[in-house]
Amino acid sequence: MASLVRCPHCGPRPREEFAIRGAALSRPEPDADRETWCAYVYLRENPRGPYAEHWHHTGGCRRWLVVTRNTLTHEQIDVRDVAEPGARA
Amino acid sequence: MRYSALSIFLQGLRGNKHWSRAWRAPEPKPRYDVVIVGGGGHGLATAFYLSRVFGVRNVAVLEKAWLGSGNIGRNTTIIRSNYLLPGNNPFYELSMKLWEGLEQQTNFNSMVSQRGVLNLFHSDGQRDAYIRRGNAMRLHGVDAELLDRDQVRARLPFLDFDSARFPIKGGLLQPRGGTVRHDAVAWSYARGADAEGVDVIQHCEVKAIRRSADGGVEGVETTRGFIGAGKLALATAGHSSQTAAMAGLTLPLESHVLQAFVSEGLKPFIDTVVTFGAGHFYVSQSDKGGLVFGGDIDGYNSYAQRGNLATVEHVAEAGVAMIPSLSRLRVLRAWGGVMDMSMDGSPIIDKTAIPNLYLNAGWCYGGFKATPASGYCFAHLIARDEPHPTAAAMRLDRFARGRLIDEKGVGAQPNLH
Repeated sequence: MASLVRCPHCGPRPREEFAIRGAALSRPEPDADRETWCAYVYLRENPRGPYAEHWHHTGGCRRWLVVTRNTLTHEQIDVRDVAEPGARA
Repeated sequence: MRYSALSIFLQGLRGNKHWSRAWRAPEPKPRYDVVIVGGGGHGLATAFYLSRVFGVRNVAVLEKAWLGSGNIGRNTTIIRSNYLLPGNNPFYELSMKLWEGLEQQTNFNSMVSQRGVLNLFHSDGQRDAYIRRGNAMRLHGVDAELLDRDQVRARLPFLDFDSARFPIKGGLLQPRGGTVRHDAVAWSYARGADAEGVDVIQHCEVKAIRRSADGGVEGVETTRGFIGAGKLALATAGHSSQTAAMAGLTLPLESHVLQAFVSEGLKPFIDTVVTFGAGHFYVSQSDKGGLVFGGDIDGYNSYAQRGNLATVEHVAEAGVAMIPSLSRLRVLRAWGGVMDMSMDGSPIIDKTAIPNLYLNAGWCYGGFKATPASGYCFAHLIARDEPHPTAAAMRLDRFARGRLIDEKGVGAQPNLH
């Protein structure tokens, strides 16, 4: 992985400025059944390839971002704000 | 061929030209009673104990590359059983006992060195936590000693005791902890299993899992053709999500990269394993003289077997904070391994919902020390279809049941375990 993350607000910033939450999954509805919640909290596709994660620009704009990377090559494919249309929030 | 001082002497007289292979290179048979996917430490240990202890000898181990090409050759070689929780502690102590008998049992010098593992503490609160852990260990019959500052200073005078930010107040010592020559663990189990008739098949990658009409596993499609399996056992560490997906399973795992480092060779400097309590740093000295050390995982999913410079810098800072003289040391090599980080930081040794499919995964970055017990308990499960008592809590369904084994108490956040 490149040591620089392309923040859409701040430009290329060092990886140390970011905190990583994990898989960018859609949160189930509050009244979703037990299996759905269990899968959301515990189960991961864990792909060997492109993967979207929630990263927080803790040491910068403090926005939540969706960082899409290739987990095999560390290539950064896309970085966008979670609020942006089309981002997985 | 049995290895002994006499065999070295006699082979030496004959110019060392007549040593036999440590293990065969067999062609795959059409079917085995048990097929183990993954020729790393855990897979090979499983094959060894299945054949030696549980009498299941029609076994194959399939490895996609060469033996020991994964995490068994990529760790910092530390063994210990200083765990807190009842679901973990007896299991890791079983592992420690198996380490203690490994060389005699496998007739192979794996350089088991019980040089002690010392965890430093830096505050009153941390001392209390370590006392609690030490007491939990002793209640489980594990050795633990609390050292005060002077006792630590007598052993390791070069630590930064008077650091303004993280002064060293003492440490929790497990004298029976230590290090093992990591590659030799793979070789000793491979040789031992081979001697019992197990086929260790290298360069044989599993591409698909074939299932019958009732859903049960029939065998695996590999790069060397179809191999039938009475029981199929997955021990594929960082790639467990991929092999499980071949059977339609989604696991509570993320694969993360953990880096490790070795320095230039030094004269004898550190004669134990010592860990920093104020950051994540652990170091020992290999018999070749290099300091072997590491820190935390990088924090993002990765299958790349290499990490990021930010983590390198962090590890170096933690190391120098603990041992200031490390600042003059040059690093010789650095590498990364793919860790199967589970959602509670503890492993899984269990049957799956799919008939004849068994799973060994979720070792996080603690898989090396667990190698013997992991193999033993997995073999027990495969041979008898019931969990070994020390691994009874390491179930796949514990997440859905709320029976997590969260040693660190950080919740379902794999990059924090």
